[in-house]
Amino acid sequence: MPITLASFLQIDLPAMLAALLATVSCGLLGNFLVLRRQSLMGDAISHAVLPGIVLAFLFWGSRATWPMFFGAACAGVLAAVIIELVRRLGRLDSGTAMGVVFSVFFAGGVVLMEQAAAHAVDLDADCVLYGQLEDILWLAPTDLASLLEPAVWADMPREVTTLALTLAVVSAVVLLFYKELKLTSFDPELATTLGFPAGLFNVLLMVLVAAVAVAAFEAVGSILVIAMFICPAAAARLFTDRLGRQIWLSLGFAVVAALGGYLLAASAPLWAGVPSALAASGMIAVVAGALLGVAVLFAPRYGALARAMRPSELAEARERAAAEPLATNLSNR
Amino acid sequence: MSIGHETTVWPSLDETLRVLTFQGGFNTSVVLVGVTLLGVAAGLVGTFAVLRRRALMSDTLSHATLPGITLAFIAAVMLGASGRSLPVLLAGAALSGILGVLTVQFISRHTRLPEDAAMGAVLSVFFGLGFVLLSYIQTMATGEQGGIGKFIYGQTATMGVTDATVIGIVALGTTLASLLLFKEFRLVCFDPDYATVLGWRISLIDLAMMALVVAVTVVGLRAVGLILVIALVVIPPAAARFWTERLWVMAVVAAFLGGLSGYLGAAASALFPRFPAGGIIVLVAGFFFLLSLLFAPARGVLAAGFRQLRLRRDIASQHLLRGLFEAGEAGGGEAVPAAALRSRVHGPAARLALTRLTWQGLIARRPDGLRLTPKGREEALRITRNHRLWEQFLMAYADLAPSHVDHSADLVEHVLSSDMVQELERQLRARGRLPRHAGPPPSPHPLASGA
Repeated sequence: MPITLASFLQIDLPAMLAALLATVSCGLLGNFLVLRRQSLMGDAISHAVLPGIVLAFLFWGSRATWPMFFGAACAGVLAAVIIELVRRLGRLDSGTAMGVVFSVFFAGGVVLMEQAAAHAVDLDADCVLYGQLEDILWLAPTDLASLLEPAVWADMPREVTTLALTLAVVSAVVLLFYKELKLTSFDPELATTLGFPAGLFNVLLMVLVAAVAVAAFEAVGSILVIAMFICPAAAARLFTDRLGRQIWLSLGFAVVAALGGYLLAASAPLWAGVPSALAASGMIAVVAGALLGVAVLFAPRYGALARAMRPSELAEARERAAAEPLATNLSNR
Repeated sequence: MSIGHETTVWPSLDETLRVLTFQGGFNTSVVLVGVTLLGVAAGLVGTFAVLRRRALMSDTLSHATLPGITLAFIAAVMLGASGRSLPVLLAGAALSGILGVLTVQFISRHTRLPEDAAMGAVLSVFFGLGFVLLSYIQTMATGEQGGIGKFIYGQTATMGVTDATVIGIVALGTTLASLLLFKEFRLVCFDPDYATVLGWRISLIDLAMMALVVAVTVVGLRAVGLILVIALVVIPPAAARFWTERLWVMAVVAAFLGGLSGYLGAAASALFPRFPAGGIIVLVAGFFFLLSLLFAPARGVLAAGFRQLRLRRDIASQHLLRGLFEAGEAGGGEAVPAAALRSRVHGPAARLALTRLTWQGLIARRPDGLRLTPKGREEALRITRNHRLWEQFLMAYADLAPSHVDHSADLVEHVLSSDMVQELERQLRARGRLPRHAGPPPSPHPLASGA
């Protein structure tokens, strides 16, 4: 299919915008998840939203945004609460509790889906897992000049507007509570001592994670959501010790992954010799993973290579001791 | 997953019984046996994985199998073979699953990233790669793409005898291997440091454990699907944990629950062919988990609540008896108005205690209040004596002031064993602090007024 300006504006631009907004929202929150060692909470929540989506769908009988968003958010928060309950009441470790709860939720969703199918509508688990990035169409613009008309913008696909709204809310909350989130992520005990309710901010973060997972899954799928929660933040964490710098870096990685992944997938007919484009959401995850891989191997201080090259601290201390005369060495003590 | 639009047809009772008793045709029976064995093996292997806190590692592993499956499919088709050959696809799945686990280990060992971030990254990136390859397969000119979807959600209805046999054999082998390595796994789960001291290579034992998890996960894909296969490994052992404190009992219960979930799930899938088997098997297992969480006698929520209530009731009983005894001692008459005891006993546990003591014939309810029966007096005397002994001991050896000793004694006296009481008596008698008569020593502090 030849690429024209109109097809770019109608097919590629909305998909890229959706991918970009989703990856940036996820990447922003991911910084806190990685620091708090709660990376897998994103995984658990994004699987657990499925029954909420199906139930909302069965109840309202349409794929309208808000009912599904509401159902998914309820299921996500409910799953987070039940995970905590099972962990405490059952005295199980958090990994086991998560594994039990999210797999039961997802299984419930998959089986409920069979009921939804009886209502003769196309809703299936695939769209939750992989998303439908390629199906986001913006039919209004026909050329660059039409982008100046407000009516064209009003016709923006709802996935994109939902994601934009989510990103705005998430950024606002993070900006507003930046200090609190930072403190509770690094040192929850100190935060509690200083009078910040660490538990409350944990709940706040979980609600934000659920909201982003829900807003993003329809466009990009839950797998990409998990990849974008973790990969950009983890890669950035290997480059710097400062949280502010880490967040900006992770946002940069998210942008690169979204645009690079989408373009790679869309241009597959050119480089892979296949008749149509490859899956964009999967490719974005792969690019994010590649960025993380580069960081893991080559990051200047914390990368695996730098660590292997650097002599261990013990060896350094021995060398210093050997170089110094014994007397100064002793007098330094 | 393609979903048809017809409504669910309910099978007859007769048909249900036929399937459950292995009379629903040869194919169905073989599948039933295969999936049951899979459940047993997964429950057994999962017991160790859960105790070693590797529950989510199996999730990572199962997601990481997708690129292996798709690559094996592409390779098989390009070489002119069938893309449906189960052994080829499973070999690909196992290789990429292992590669995923090794990547997680590399990242968490050689960088500052925590293990959970490494697991999440590997899980999602491998799955994303698998999805890209899947979309590549969709463009290939072969009619066999549909087979791959079964690995994502699992489907037992279309399983053939060969599939079921492969699953059954691997499950049997895994079961045997984990029984052979039982001793090693137990030590690594409970006391890895001690295992190191004994000179065992923990990494080697862990590797063997992961290899068994890989085997179970990979053969489980066809039946349960790669998103939900983690449930087979995690849910039955987590449920079994509530029933016992002993490892081998836990392993047996987990294997039983896993097998039962597999059996019921596969039977349901045979009766409702359009339902994805994975979902049903996991829901059955989840139901057993909920039952265990609530009702298991060893660690269940209700049992724990019941034990706590009983302890509170016993403490309240002892307070009540001592209160009545001390009221008599202070010369307030034999019967004590219930209101006078309120400072000492209140709440549901106290009401329970009162009912029980009355029922046992230790306390008699009279119109003018409560009084001890002769039997109750005897018991109250013993309790008061223990309490005062303990107070004496705390004052003599723990340097507590008389005004504080009552409360401190309250905290521990209910858990004193009779051996301990005898030892206290012996020590106090040796110091001359125990009265010669059989009654309790005098209270070291003034008794609360009215009680």
